[in-house]
Amino acid sequence: MSKREYIPLTSERIRELTLKANDIRRELVKMFGIAGGGHFGGSLSAVEIVAALYFDVLRMSPNDPNWPNRDRFILSKGHASPAMYAALCDLGFFPRSVLDNFEKPGNPLTMHPNMHKVPGVEASTGSLGHGLPIGVGISLGARLDGRDYRTFVLMGDGEIQAGSVWEAVMCAAHYKLDNLVAIVDRNRLSCDGLIAELQCQDPLLPRWEAFSWKGREVDGHSVGEVAAALRAVPYEPGKPSVLIANTVKGKGISFMENKPSFHRANISPEQTQQALAEIATRREEWS
Amino acid sequence: MSKEPIIYHLAKDEQYEDLDIEKALTREAWSVALAEMAEERPEIVVLSADLIGATLACRFADRYPERSFNIGVAEQDLIGVAAGLALTGKIPVVATFSVFLLMRACEQVRTDICYPNLNVKLIGTASGLSFGLGGVTHATTEDIAIARALPNMVVIVPADYLETAQAMHAAMARQGPVFIRVGRSAEPVVYATEPSFEIGKAHQLREGNDVTLIGCGVMVFESLRAADILRDQGTSARVIDMHTIKPLDAEVVLTAARETKAMLTVEEHTIIGGLGSAVAEVLAEAGVEVRFKRIGLPDIFATSGRPDYLRELYGLNGKAIAEHATALLDK
Ligand SMILES: Cc1ncc(C[n+]2csc(CCOP(=O)(O)OP(=O)(O)O)c2C)c(N)n1
Repeated sequence: MSKREYIPLTSERIRELTLKANDIRRELVKMFGIAGGGHFGGSLSAVEIVAALYFDVLRMSPNDPNWPNRDRFILSKGHASPAMYAALCDLGFFPRSVLDNFEKPGNPLTMHPNMHKVPGVEASTGSLGHGLPIGVGISLGARLDGRDYRTFVLMGDGEIQAGSVWEAVMCAAHYKLDNLVAIVDRNRLSCDGLIAELQCQDPLLPRWEAFSWKGREVDGHSVGEVAAALRAVPYEPGKPSVLIANTVKGKGISFMENKPSFHRANISPEQTQQALAEIATRREEWS
Repeated sequence: MSKEPIIYHLAKDEQYEDLDIEKALTREAWSVALAEMAEERPEIVVLSADLIGATLACRFADRYPERSFNIGVAEQDLIGVAAGLALTGKIPVVATFSVFLLMRACEQVRTDICYPNLNVKLIGTASGLSFGLGGVTHATTEDIAIARALPNMVVIVPADYLETAQAMHAAMARQGPVFIRVGRSAEPVVYATEPSFEIGKAHQLREGNDVTLIGCGVMVFESLRAADILRDQGTSARVIDMHTIKPLDAEVVLTAARETKAMLTVEEHTIIGGLGSAVAEVLAEAGVEVRFKRIGLPDIFATSGRPDYLRELYGLNGKAIAEHATALLDK
């Protein structure tokens, strides 16, 4: 695996990335405002991860979305698509007008992403537990082609209850896919509430490592920490990498944080305005 | 309609045991054919789920180990990995028992392969009653219906060894998902030489103007045997090998419906959702009047047993098909 060159992670760089994350937050709240509601919780918890990937870690070319050497990112928790759409739009994969018509009839940006409709989207997701097996296949394909791109797969911590995820975990370890990176957005909530009440997942990182992956754990809302951790893959040559990102569901909007009811919710225009005001305040603090 | 294929000589005896029939493994045909293509097409890769041997994927894998992936007993992962490989430009050919391929991993086949219309070929082995000894957990008599219901999926049920090989070539020449349904034990040879093969174009194997028998898979051979029996009784039976269930050759169905008095479909599958249903849909929508009967398993799971025992038990052999045809004509 060849070494990548990155912009040094100075405090200025981190500030830049933090502002990008804040922009994603603003855009996705606007999108949900347009649609009258959406998957707020899991989109907001993934914002820093998505920002670190698209604005720092992924090697790609917005003018040539199918460039064979691009890094692949699969949003396996497809319901968080607005976070990805906001990043793709910011990078120029498609025009702003598309973003402003989220979920409108005929608009390519749908609740769950469609790879044939949206440039930059690598897989059509929405059914949980599918992304990692697909990521394994892409990583095997990269190896067959002798290419050095990496494949990143973002999953929810509810999602990793799926058996198909663990089939892929074992498969990736067997093939020693150190070009594959799993990221778990560990916000501790799924649809119905606390994951811990459905299934005990602790200790999480040792479980992955027991399956011969190598992992790290970070504060998933520190974009600098996330970027640094994703720049550092593979954590061990010959092993797939996993990053457990500890997050807060609904992060950044006070009345949504840690609220199971905001997994998916409809909100009023007033609530949208309040959410946007909170995001604007945070932007000022960082500017 | 493709050019007249050469039909293997049919003995007249009614019992399998008495027959000196040439048989060959359809589950071998696909992988031998694929291995022949592999040299020139480096994008071909093969995957299985701990059934490289049982599906005879090993005919390919032994020659091209670096392009073969045994994913283990993990069918959902199997399909996802195939999807991922297809996204990098490979043409994955996935082989495992039909029941696990289309049922354990049904949603992956639908969502990861058919929805994005990826170029993945699926080989379902041990289908129909061919693994009857395995019982309900292995014998697969609902897979055509499931595969047919999936948008973008082409469904092929070849009659014998050479037709399976031809189907594999046709599948590889086409972009998009294709399901090929094959058996387990050696099945009678229908085509003595390679038939020409076009997806969606049925083979008419016998001319006839009293009754039409439309079969798929191993039931094509049994339909030919039924036609022999009927001929001896003075009834002329048209026999059609409907190797492609989707897209269905509607023209051959409607022509036969106009030119013969009765029509029977024969499949090693329940009569729900498979060949018989596909033909019935064409007839009903065209408003053609013809006496019609679907032969297959009724709405049941088959009991356990050897394939020829089960075919006898459920009336899926030449003799029973001929009786059904006569009864339908006499109605
Ligand atoms: C296979 C499947 N089952 C159920 C759902 C419905 N569903 C959508 S999101 C979700 C909860 C996911 O929780 P988690 O993975 O933790 O996501 P996050 O909390 O990050 O939004 C469920 C059950 C689905 N999309 N796919």
